Order: sequence, then C-alpha cells, then structure tokens
Amino acid sequence: MDLEKLRFGTELVKRGFAKMQKGGVIMDVTNAEQARIAEEAGAVAVMALHKVPADIRASGGVARMADPKKIEEIIDAVTIPVMAKCRIGHVAEAKALEALGVDMVDESEVLTPADPFFHVDKRKFVIPFVCGARSLGEACRRIWEGAAMIRTKGEAGTGNVIEAVRHMRLMNFAIKKVCKMDEEEMHKLAEEYAKAYTKLVEEVGKEGLKIKENEPIYEEYTRDEIVKGILDVLEEVKELRRLPVVNFAAGGIATPADAALMMQLGADGVFVGSGIFKSENPPAYARAIVEAVNNWENAEVVAEVSKGLGEAMKGKEIDKLEERLQVRGI
Amino acid sequence: MKIAVISAQGDVEEHVEIVKKALQELGKEGKVFATMNKEDVAKADAIILPGGESTTISKLIHKNSVAEEIKKASFEGKPVMGTCAGAILLAKHGDEEVMKTKTKLLGLMDIWVKRNAFGRQKESFHAMLNIEGIGEYEAIFIRAPAIIKAKSNVKVLAKIDEYIVAAQQDNVLALSFRPELTEDTRIHRYFIKMIS
Repeated sequence: MDLEKLRFGTELVKRGFAKMQKGGVIMDVTNAEQARIAEEAGAVAVMALHKVPADIRASGGVARMADPKKIEEIIDAVTIPVMAKCRIGHVAEAKALEALGVDMVDESEVLTPADPFFHVDKRKFVIPFVCGARSLGEACRRIWEGAAMIRTKGEAGTGNVIEAVRHMRLMNFAIKKVCKMDEEEMHKLAEEYAKAYTKLVEEVGKEGLKIKENEPIYEEYTRDEIVKGILDVLEEVKELRRLPVVNFAAGGIATPADAALMMQLGADGVFVGSGIFKSENPPAYARAIVEAVNNWENAEVVAEVSKGLGEAMKGKEIDKLEERLQVRGI
Repeated sequence: MKIAVISAQGDVEEHVEIVKKALQELGKEGKVFATMNKEDVAKADAIILPGGESTTISKLIHKNSVAEEIKKASFEGKPVMGTCAGAILLAKHGDEEVMKTKTKLLGLMDIWVKRNAFGRQKESFHAMLNIEGIGEYEAIFIRAPAIIKAKSNVKVLAKIDEYIVAAQQDNVLALSFRPELTEDTRIHRYFIKMIS
C-alpha cells in the first residue's frame, strides 16, 4: 500500500482508539509481571508507571515520566495497549513516549507539573492523549487542546472514591445546564473557560508589556481563536448531551463496587491506579473490577465478584492529605 | 428483525447508532439493542461483535455463555459480523499474540488472523479501500488485525497488500477496520441485507 495514501493521527483515529477502550478497565502497572497480571485479568490497557500513585504520594519529591526501559519491558510483555504518563505541559516527555511506541499519553496531574501556564498542544501529536478534569471547564479546555479521552482527576493514590464522584457529578450537572443554554450564554461560558489561558499574558502585563488583540497567547492561537475553539466543543457537548470524547473515571477507585458506582454515574470505563497492586490480592481485585465494570447494572454480579477478595488498599481521608494532586493543571 | 450488538466492551453504542441509521435508510423496520444477556442474543436475527480489546471481550463472552449463543446463531445461518477485535474472535486460527494471551476464539470462519498486524497506535490509519459489493470505502484501522490466510470457501472482499481486511464465509462477515466509527452506513446496510 502506498504510504502516501494512508492518513495517520487524525482526530477520528485518536478518538476511535479511546472508543475501543469503552466499558473497560485500564490498570496502573510498574513492571512486566504486573502488566501480565492485568492483561490476564481482562484489562483493556495498562498504564506504565515507575510507582503507583499511592507510592508517589508517600515518597514525595518530583515525580517524572517512567524509565523508558521499564516502559519498553511492559510494551514487550503484553499485547494490549500500553499508556504512559507525562508531566503536565512537558512536551519533551510526551514526544519521548510517542517515540517509544506508547499507544496513549496521559498528561497527568499525578506527576509533578512541568509548565506553570499551559498543557501540551496535543493536536501536534500522532498518538492520542488522555487528560484529567475536575469540571466541564477543564474537560473543554483539554478537548480543545486535542485530548481524545477525558478522565476525572479524582484524588489519585487515596483509595477514596469521593473526589472521582465529585468530579463526575460536577461535569454531569454542568453538561445538563449547557444543554439548556442559548447562543449568547454559551459564548459567555466559552469566554469564562478561556480565561485559564491568560495567566502568562497577565504576568508579563504586570511588568508593563501589553499584548494586542490579534497576538497569539498560547501556541499559535489568539484569545479569540481559543474562545471560538472552546465554543465549538461546548456546541458538540450540547448536541451530544455528553462530552464529545470518551470519559473515564479515575482517582480513588479501589473496589469492584467503586467501579460500578462510577459506571452508574455515566463513566465510559475506569482507570484503577493503586487499587489493584496495593490490595492484598491483585489478580483477584483485577478480575473482579473488570467484571464489575461489565456488569455494573447487575447488583448480584457486583456482590458475587466482591466476595472474599481480601483487604482492599488502605485508603486515605481527603481532609488529612498533605497535598491534593487534583489542583494541578486547570 | 432484531439485531444484537454484544456489549462486552468496546464501541457498542456506535454500532447501535449506525445500525439504526442504516435501517432507516433502507426503510426497514427493525430493533437493535446492546446486550450481554444470552436469552436476548438467542432471540436476535443477526449479531454484531464490536471492536475493542479481543482479550477482554473473549473473557467476558465466555464467562457468561454468550459465546455459545453466538456460535449457535451462526450455525443456524444467522448473519454475524465482527469488526476489529470482533473479527479476531470469529477466526478459527490466531497468531502468536492470540496464543500467548490464551484468547479463546469462536472459530466461525476458516481464517488465520494476526493481531495488531499494522503496528501500534501511532501506525493506526485511514485508507481508501475497494470492497467487493460495496465499492470505494474509507476505512479506519486502529491497532487493527488482519487476515493472513483464508481457506477457499472464504470470500475475500478487500485487501491491503497481502493482508485481507474484509472477508465473508457464508453468513459470517469479518472486517479488520471499524465501520461503526464513520458516517458511512454502506457496510451495515450490506450486513442488514444478509438477514433473510
């Protein structure tokens, strides 16, 4: 086949990859052995990390992209897609992950952010991205930047589902509101959502530098273009009555019932981070969560698969956390 | 007519939506539903196995005997279509990736499939195909499998180089690509017309 005739990395190919993950469980793994356990249990993909979020939280310091050698070992160990995390705004880490052959990049708040102003312009990549969001505004910004999948941020590494529920509810409620908005209200909301891109301009403005209306403020985009782009996303939201990309739950899911709860709230699938490999019996938890996601409407199955799994990961109360990862990258 | 889309995992709703559209265009009365319930599958006149992860889908359909119902329907001559991961599951023979993951296949077609035949996600693509019975068609391949060998009773409908990407054996249709992701309903109309 003539390579010229093939089109790679289009919006459809990226969003299509995310759709392939629907109804599935994506599991955090730190080595080839764990990746095989996840695949064997029926995970639709694995997320390659150097430490699971609970350990990142415990050890402190700067959390970065995983060692490429580890990622390669994981890629070689399994046949399902392999995702990996880059720091927010770290284009070089993202490019390195793309070069390694990772199937999707998670531009993640679980790692220490690299850019205080912006996220990666994800349209400039061939591979798709997933990004965390706490609200419809964050989700719209990430989708406009080219994310092919959104996940709730939740609060990673806590085994506490409350923040994932909060973010899913906030998003669902906002989507309902948007469905009832007229054009003018939508435009106002888009302008509000676009304000997150003006931090850099405001800071240089404090030193007296003024930016003209038609000058780019993020990558090659002017403020008006950003507002227009976000408005387009909002219009899609209104038409579809949901996000225009796949929306997973993440950040604190520790049990099969947690996973079923998130599916009931409208998640298209779930990410389980520390919940599997910080539990007493990872293969059993992994299998049970896969089945709970597939049978979320069937309480009997959820009850059945939850039997005798052993201790779940030890959870943490949100109020007692030293650091909330979800506030990173708005 | 009733069309069941197996909702183990993957792009189930996309198939449901495009079948609705195809039915409407054909002016046919019909019901399409997503299901993992074996009684519902048994009642269907045709079955669709969507794209997703073949390892995951295989586990889930074998766990609750939906797999048996799909096989039964196919032996009764009801049309069955598998797209992407679904096409892998229709095959009798898998490559080393299928073997390594101990993925149980339904074995409804005399074909040999290769998983991730075109490479990883960065090698996923759109391409213009010439599909027999359909014509020029823009197909989307996402970590797609390919049919590397088929017995003579299998009708090859489209190829990319040496790889077979669309094939039919009597009432069973296997596609490497993902027709459910496009607006083009011709594949689904073709499938609906297979229902007698």
